[in-house]
Amino acid sequence: MDFLPTEVQEALRAGVREICGDAFPRARLGELAASGAGFDPALWTTLRELGVFGLRLPESEGGLGLGLGDAALVYEELGRALVPGPLVGTLLAAGLPGADVGAPVSVLDVSAEEPGRTLLVEHPDVITSLIVLDGEDVRRVDASALATTPITILTDPLTPLGAISTLPASSPVDARAATWRLEGAVLTAALEAGIAAATVELAVQYAKEREQFGRTIGSFQAVKHMCADMHVRAQIASVAVHAAAVTLDDPSIGDPVRAVASAKMLADEAANLNAKTSIQVHGGMGFTWEVVVHYYLKRGWVHQTQFGDIDTHADAMAALL
Amino acid sequence: MDLKYSPAEQEFRGELRSWLAEVLPSIGPKPHVDDWPGRREFDTAWQRMLAGAGYAGINWPKEFGGRGATPTEHLIFLEESERAGAPYVGVNFVGLLHAGPTLIAEASPEVQQAHLPAILRGDEVWCQGFSEPGSGSDLASLRCKAVRDGDDYVVTGQKIWTSHSEVADYCEMLVRTDPDAPKHRGISWLVMAMDSPGITIRPLRTIIGSTEFAEMFLDEVRIPVSNRVGAENDGWRVTNVTLSFERGTAFVGDVVDALEVVGELSTLAKKITRHGATAWDDRALRRELAHIAAELEGLWALTRRNVSEAQRVGRVGFGGSIFKLRYSEIRQRLAEVAAQLLGRASLAMDDLDALPNARFAEERLQWLNLSIAAGTSQIQRNIISERVLGLPRERQ
Repeated sequence: MDFLPTEVQEALRAGVREICGDAFPRARLGELAASGAGFDPALWTTLRELGVFGLRLPESEGGLGLGLGDAALVYEELGRALVPGPLVGTLLAAGLPGADVGAPVSVLDVSAEEPGRTLLVEHPDVITSLIVLDGEDVRRVDASALATTPITILTDPLTPLGAISTLPASSPVDARAATWRLEGAVLTAALEAGIAAATVELAVQYAKEREQFGRTIGSFQAVKHMCADMHVRAQIASVAVHAAAVTLDDPSIGDPVRAVASAKMLADEAANLNAKTSIQVHGGMGFTWEVVVHYYLKRGWVHQTQFGDIDTHADAMAALL
Repeated sequence: MDLKYSPAEQEFRGELRSWLAEVLPSIGPKPHVDDWPGRREFDTAWQRMLAGAGYAGINWPKEFGGRGATPTEHLIFLEESERAGAPYVGVNFVGLLHAGPTLIAEASPEVQQAHLPAILRGDEVWCQGFSEPGSGSDLASLRCKAVRDGDDYVVTGQKIWTSHSEVADYCEMLVRTDPDAPKHRGISWLVMAMDSPGITIRPLRTIIGSTEFAEMFLDEVRIPVSNRVGAENDGWRVTNVTLSFERGTAFVGDVVDALEVVGELSTLAKKITRHGATAWDDRALRRELAHIAAELEGLWALTRRNVSEAQRVGRVGFGGSIFKLRYSEIRQRLAEVAAQLLGRASLAMDDLDALPNARFAEERLQWLNLSIAAGTSQIQRNIISERVLGLPRERQ
């Protein structure tokens, strides 16, 4: 047993972090939101050319031959940088026969929706197809067949949504929806763990600079203890995600359902609480559009609803107790 | 990121499992918590069995009589021992996990030879004389004074939280040898024989009602200078060296046990009725148990990450603080679920209606110590925020 990332995995993680830092510095969040785009085509192309979306495909098919454990490390970094776009669906869809690897794909789990409620499709303007999880079936809907109505004011300005009441008919391309849900949950949890880590960094950075009462606010225990709690949440979420990812790669390690439920619950909660705590550390500025923390909070809320919310995973966990 | 055990690790686990299955049925019942001579006998008898089978000092270097196991093997040892219901380290705690490692790192060969084999064999029980009534979280402010008189130190003062002192043979002592130096630089580390004249023990009754630890009063106790470990006034460094022995395994048994308790409480909830249905029909209760299970899975992952770090880089960083902070909260939450399930039976420490209420009533009190002992949760938050996150110290 050696649960630390290998040297190769550390290099992969560092490489993705560096590329995100160059291609998508935090200042880009505000610019992109202001442009109303909600997607960065140049950044997407960079990630696609790097092989991010095909990393689980065998090398013979142009992929990197890596596992979900490696993908989780990469997706933590994408979460930390708050890269916009349908990251999880695009990676999962790369494994479908005849896939155009890296073409943006969103996912909608209709089994998790209440009948009669409006369906919301993420990134409707850029996706080439929508993957629909329906019971045990994985269906594929061509984007050209989707007539969605754009949501004009979004909670997360970098996750555009299109509303639709009924999806067009489609035939199954796969019958492994359960696997899609588990893999999607762990990759989404990785993005959440990245958000949890980034919001600690933002809070700590601010607490070291901001002065009140003649001293930096980070010297006050009331503030530094909040930062410590954030770090604890981020770290535990991250190791839970890694454990779930390697368990999916090799189910002889443990029960994948249990590991994934734990990861998604902990990561969703860590992202949400850390983003809120980070806003609190930022004080009044945290309540403004001027600092970037709000983008993290809002993206975390999007991820909470994807591939099973906390209650869904708590029920899955309870069923195993 | 590999969670699979190597063939050698699996073999170690298999042998240990067989040995535990073979010997545990011969172990008698655990003595009552207040029966200190009985506890010493029970715990040291187990230590002798471990020594006979080659498991004593599992993490001690071979040259000092230990097994020299890797951190991963140590994790496996603790995991399997907990699952099999083996006795805990008990009164051997300080000797095996604290004083022994300190002697290994810092003591003269004479002092090592005098104590290490006896600790491993279960012949010598140690206690710890570090904390004082006025020096808890701020341990370095300790005032118990040691004055040189010929070949002896003459020690006067008061110690507190000295677990197992009623039955200990030796005490690892921190004393003030230079009252004028800055607080960290006037402390020395001494080996004190517990049969020395001038030592008075007063048991302290815990919140549970039992006598888990004691106060110790020292009135001109003479300790030979040759019993000092490390240089005079260098005791603070000596005691911190001990921490470098920590390899992420401190709470392995606890997290394994807590996961088993989640299972037991789920089983109990399916049987017990509340408000006209089984407790398990209460979705809020089910989800609370699921949340606790999720947290414990995270802590189990963190444990394996910390142990891997110890194995690869030789030390564990601050993962232990992260673990302890969260585990304390979760274990206390788990005790509340038990109380919720048991209702008014949780008020009784005698078993009622064939329920495990006595055990859980005790645990509900017991686990309050987690956020206080060995560095309070507030001290852990200081450690994480200052040493990991680099936030400024409150006081320079």
